[in-house]
Amino acid sequence: MSDILVSEQSKPGADGSGRPSGRLLEVEDLRVEFRTRDGVAKVINGVTYHVDAGETLAVLGESGSGKSVTAQTVMGILDTPPGFVTGGQVRFHGKDMLTMSAEERRRIRGEGIAMIFQDALSALNPVFTVGFQIAEQFRIRRGLSRADAKKRAIEMLDQVKIPNAKGRFSNYPHQFSGGMRQRAMIAMSLALDPEVLIADEPTTALDVTVQAQIMDLLAELQRERQMGLILITHDLGVVADVADRIAVMYAGRIVEEANVYDLYAKPAHPYTMGLIDSIPRMDERGQQLRTIKGLPPNLMNIPPGCPFNPRCPMAQPVCQEKLPPLLQIGADRASACHFAEDLVNRD
Amino acid sequence: MSDPSTASIVSTPPATVPTEAGSGAPVAAGLPENARKEKPRGLLGDAWRDLRRKPLFWISAILILVFVTMAAFPSLFTSGDPVNGALSRSRVEPSAAAWFGYDVQGRDVYARVIYGARASIVVALISTIGTLLIGGTIGIIAGYAGGWVDALLSRFADIFFGLPFVLGAIVILTTFNGAGSSNNEWQIMGLVIMSLVVLSWPVVMRLMRSSVLATKEADYIVAARALGAGTGRIILKHLLPNCLAPLLVYGTIMVGSFIGAEATLSFLGIGLKTPVVSWGIMISEAQNYIRVSPFLLFFPSAFLVTAVLSFVMLGEAVREALDPKLR
Amino acid sequence: MTENILEVRDLVKHYPVTRGVVFKKTIGHVKAVDGVSLELRAGETLGVVGESGCGKSTLARVLMNLERPTAGSVNYKGQDISKLSGGALRRLRRQIQLVMQDPYTSLNPRMTVGDLIGEPFEIHPEVAPKGSRREKVKELLDLVGLNPEHINRYPHQFSGGQRQRIGIARALALRPEIIVCDEPVSALDVSIQAQVMNLLEKLQAEFGLSYVFIAHDLSVVRHLSDRVAVMYLGKIVEIGTEDEIYERPTHPYTQALLSAVPVPDPTLRDQKAIIRLTGDVPSPISPPSGCRFRTRCWKAQDVCAEQVPLLEIRSGSDHPSACHFAEKREIVASHEA
Repeated sequence: MSDILVSEQSKPGADGSGRPSGRLLEVEDLRVEFRTRDGVAKVINGVTYHVDAGETLAVLGESGSGKSVTAQTVMGILDTPPGFVTGGQVRFHGKDMLTMSAEERRRIRGEGIAMIFQDALSALNPVFTVGFQIAEQFRIRRGLSRADAKKRAIEMLDQVKIPNAKGRFSNYPHQFSGGMRQRAMIAMSLALDPEVLIADEPTTALDVTVQAQIMDLLAELQRERQMGLILITHDLGVVADVADRIAVMYAGRIVEEANVYDLYAKPAHPYTMGLIDSIPRMDERGQQLRTIKGLPPNLMNIPPGCPFNPRCPMAQPVCQEKLPPLLQIGADRASACHFAEDLVNRD
Repeated sequence: MSDPSTASIVSTPPATVPTEAGSGAPVAAGLPENARKEKPRGLLGDAWRDLRRKPLFWISAILILVFVTMAAFPSLFTSGDPVNGALSRSRVEPSAAAWFGYDVQGRDVYARVIYGARASIVVALISTIGTLLIGGTIGIIAGYAGGWVDALLSRFADIFFGLPFVLGAIVILTTFNGAGSSNNEWQIMGLVIMSLVVLSWPVVMRLMRSSVLATKEADYIVAARALGAGTGRIILKHLLPNCLAPLLVYGTIMVGSFIGAEATLSFLGIGLKTPVVSWGIMISEAQNYIRVSPFLLFFPSAFLVTAVLSFVMLGEAVREALDPKLR
Repeated sequence: MTENILEVRDLVKHYPVTRGVVFKKTIGHVKAVDGVSLELRAGETLGVVGESGCGKSTLARVLMNLERPTAGSVNYKGQDISKLSGGALRRLRRQIQLVMQDPYTSLNPRMTVGDLIGEPFEIHPEVAPKGSRREKVKELLDLVGLNPEHINRYPHQFSGGQRQRIGIARALALRPEIIVCDEPVSALDVSIQAQVMNLLEKLQAEFGLSYVFIAHDLSVVRHLSDRVAVMYLGKIVEIGTEDEIYERPTHPYTQALLSAVPVPDPTLRDQKAIIRLTGDVPSPISPPSGCRFRTRCWKAQDVCAEQVPLLEIRSGSDHPSACHFAEKREIVASHEA
């Protein structure tokens, strides 16, 4: 709780040096581009967000918004080439991970920051048993003996509520159902007790009833361990259920950031508004869905000004000329729209 | 609620704001996205665009062009006589008059190397086309029909696949083209081509079959069936264009290896025979004089290796261009 | 009541599970669809919801006659289409068309948009004379909201949503009466999904189409459907009007499914009573005896293991429900917050 004070007084240093801010994980002005044979795609164009212990930050965006690439950069698993970090910092406990040695970074991975993926089947190695893959971490990173590592791995499987953990230890990933596989992956990523967990679309591939189970599990484990959780998703429903704060991404930028209640009650960016309006609601059958016209921009050729302006229902001439920065509006929210104040103050 | 996380939600450094706005400005001069005229292009068009930028492709393509011209119009390259020579010039070293020297029987090696390209390239090209046609057709039938047809054809192919190449070729060629047989030049070429095709088609068949098997289940095939498309249309319009790429690549590389194979068979004395001129025959004749006149071996070998390499390199370049994963 | 345009009776589709390569031995059957009966009325949208492996995609394939059913019938205007073949089948295909899930794999990458949308006319040349086809393709492109000038482009030059529009234009080309939509929007982003759903609604109104709309997303299905069938492990567990299913569900599975749908409203977070189902869906190779849902059901009694509950109107319910203990239950979180 003491970090409130710290964070309120402190402004990020202009020199961008790793100054301790008390934040657990901070991404600051991150820029990433993909150099392909067709040209350079600016995938991330200055993303800034942070997550503290025990809090859930949801990064919401559609495909191509850069939400997953940001996470990959944070984890240091960005494919280079084609991806190149061209600017910004990723600070973990105030220390910039992008300038660290590979050895230091590797130590943070797993113990500091861990990640789970959408497709658990391809994230688990098919030729090793699930139990072995979890136990391996204890042996390599913690130096435990084979027997101890196995015991700890079974404990982990138990913690993620896999029934008959002992028996399941020696099963291969393909012998698990989709939901169980996702549980196993959660067990694997939490094995080294990370402080931050990045969950990239953890339930997208799962059925609704299983999805609810997994989200419950994640929330429970987060509470127990006081982890910072970054939940990357496109599903506004899932976000509403679990997030504390939401960062909405569009064309490689954060266009709005707010706590979950404010965001749904009164979105401060036309894109967020459009997104919320275009979800089919169970109580509005037969009516036309309100949609966002047009398509997301080509990242090799992002429109000038506000990247959302060609699709925006309230675009003005200024939107084609000036890129709206992400500015604070009110105490605890920010929006990158020239007319954010008007949006929030409307009835 | 006093959640620590909501206290200060954004830490955007104000310093970066002007730069962000500034970096957006130059782009303003750019045209709207659709203004750039986009030409429609398919996968082959894409591949071509990619190929054009590869030096490897240009080098191998130019070399191949030279070899093909050599095969078609040898007289463009040399005025020498590849068949008749004067024994007085036997094994005369390379000089300004005869760049590559003269062979045992006093024939101009340069002229022979040029004329030798024809046999090698004709044999390799026809064998490749034959292999692709036979292997491809059987592969499509096996892959598309499935079931017992597939099982039967696959086992049949396995039999040929199991024959070691050189042994198989020796058996076939000594049977039909053994010592004392009076086959003429074209008959021998036909036999060599036949043995190459017979021993190589199973590879193409397997390639095609697995390609068809993977494509057969594709959604767009199901979609075509749902539209009511018949078998012929599905194979010709949907399967074939999507299965051709690996075949194209393999075919190019195969030309190279067939040039080598033809030379091997000629060298072994069961392929083409004098008076036909071919690189393999030249190498075979030169081996007895390797100590005294190494240039006799060097020139045909260099041409052989260059030709083989050109086709293999071209195949490699085409493969990279066609493989979307390497982009 | 409007006429039934499509009637499905006791449809069964089992896939044999075999072992061995040359001498195949059948060691079991995947009971993908196991006794499904439903009807589609002219001009309506019938939603089919269920989780993965419930057999809804197999149902689509059998309805399209891409697979022959193991038993049962699919009647289109009194004609059993599962028995048709050759020319009769081809003629029927003009009436029933398919829109597939994945816009990235369902279009042949080697064909231009013009060829793709024109293909139905080539297969059914009687529909449009040769000279008029290009014009028709352009009309179709315009109809689904694409630029007719893009007729020479290839699929990879379009985004997912645009490709799905191409797929819809293709399905529409022959002016069918029925379109089977197999998860048509689940691969699309939210904002694009809404555009495609609106397009489907517009086309239905314009051409009087009947849709069989298969999806796993309950809110998408509710938005488009007049009637809804809920599937679980190859069987329909509950069927009724959209209102009956969403407001007064009586089958425990439907209730659990509805309660698990995340509602995009954080203020309802703590008010929702989510029914937590335990475990996963059992294998369709050896489904549980009696009621297939009993292994995950909190109401299960001995009778559920012994007797297969029929899909019929029961005392506690105003629409057919396949549960011995069908009853209403207040679960659906309201949105009028």
